[in-house]
Amino acid sequence: MISLYFPGHSRLHCLPAGIKLSGLAVISIGLYPIQNPLWLLPAVLLVILAYYSLGTGGLARMLITKPLLPLFVLIFAVQWWTQNLASALVLLQRMLVLILLANLITLTTRMDAMMDAVLPLLSPLRWLGIRTERIAFAVALLVRFVPVLMAVMLNLLEAWKARGGGRAVWQLAIPMMINAIRLSDHVAEALAARGGIRSHSVDASPSLTKKS
Amino acid sequence: MKDKTLVQIALYAALIAALGLIPPIPFVTGIPITAQTLGVMLAGVMLGPGRGFLSMLLFIFVVALGAPLLSGGRGGLGVFVGPTAGFAIGFPFAAFVTGWVALKLERINLFSAALIGSLAGGILVLYIFGIAGFKLVTGNDWASATTVMAVFIPGDLVKAVITAVVAQAVYKGLPSAVAVKQA
Repeated sequence: MISLYFPGHSRLHCLPAGIKLSGLAVISIGLYPIQNPLWLLPAVLLVILAYYSLGTGGLARMLITKPLLPLFVLIFAVQWWTQNLASALVLLQRMLVLILLANLITLTTRMDAMMDAVLPLLSPLRWLGIRTERIAFAVALLVRFVPVLMAVMLNLLEAWKARGGGRAVWQLAIPMMINAIRLSDHVAEALAARGGIRSHSVDASPSLTKKS
Repeated sequence: MKDKTLVQIALYAALIAALGLIPPIPFVTGIPITAQTLGVMLAGVMLGPGRGFLSMLLFIFVVALGAPLLSGGRGGLGVFVGPTAGFAIGFPFAAFVTGWVALKLERINLFSAALIGSLAGGILVLYIFGIAGFKLVTGNDWASATTVMAVFIPGDLVKAVITAVVAQAVYKGLPSAVAVKQA
């Protein structure tokens, strides 16, 4: 299964998902009133320490923020220009801490554990006639079919390169869509042939119902 | 909801993830265009407003659970506290408005309906969410938040045209696939 989960047995891995999520919510609210850049420095160091505690390769996981780097530079420059250096530093540190913390939860919590923590929160949807098992089933279907469709996409890209490539690579979206729509019809037929979602909601998503 | 609809919603969300694999096209402004917001516009046109909305909602839900489905393999909770959080949260609403507008204009022709729908949903609505999120995270005022985000707009204009081209091509190949044309 595709996931950003980082296998390990650190303290953070053992904490229940619900506690980690509430912790993130509390910290993200608590960080906002801080206006002195020096006071945020301990928070930054603590987050780095937390990544270190994940074990070998833990610190390297911080690189996940790399694609955001140009945007960070831009935001920092705009803030410095319109406000002052101190507020730009506060903003940068706060963003870094929040993103790294949120990502830390993703790294240390299996997707099924996260799902188990979130599904009870969705139960009020029953009042609207939405059954949470169906949401779980849809999640399982999506997770199962991402690798399938990604393989189709990679095949199309390979063939595209073999034909000489070129700039108009977006055209591959057309065969891709048609493939996905046909696949969706087949899956729906296969599901109907097996009695629909109700009778299979548990079997079909073992990875999401299994406790970690 | 019928099982078939549910499968359609889930597979379409998976398709958006696969479209994220298309290598970004470097554009004149230096900001690469990724095919993913293209997928959001297509969701509205192909699935219609309601299903498009649900499919995108499912997509960002699974991203939040920890699947690296966004282009460049991004995902996880970090996406929802970063400066671009508004865009991810806006995906379902963008798909809804795209589909709704395209459905209303269905009588002119598919190309124009999809194009105008994408401009309204995939650009106008998505940027309102994106800029609001950016403003909330960085504390900038509306004007400077809009200026920073404006660099992405030219690329998205191209995507709206591509959406219309793709919708028309798929309609030729598989007419039943375009929800906006089934009314």
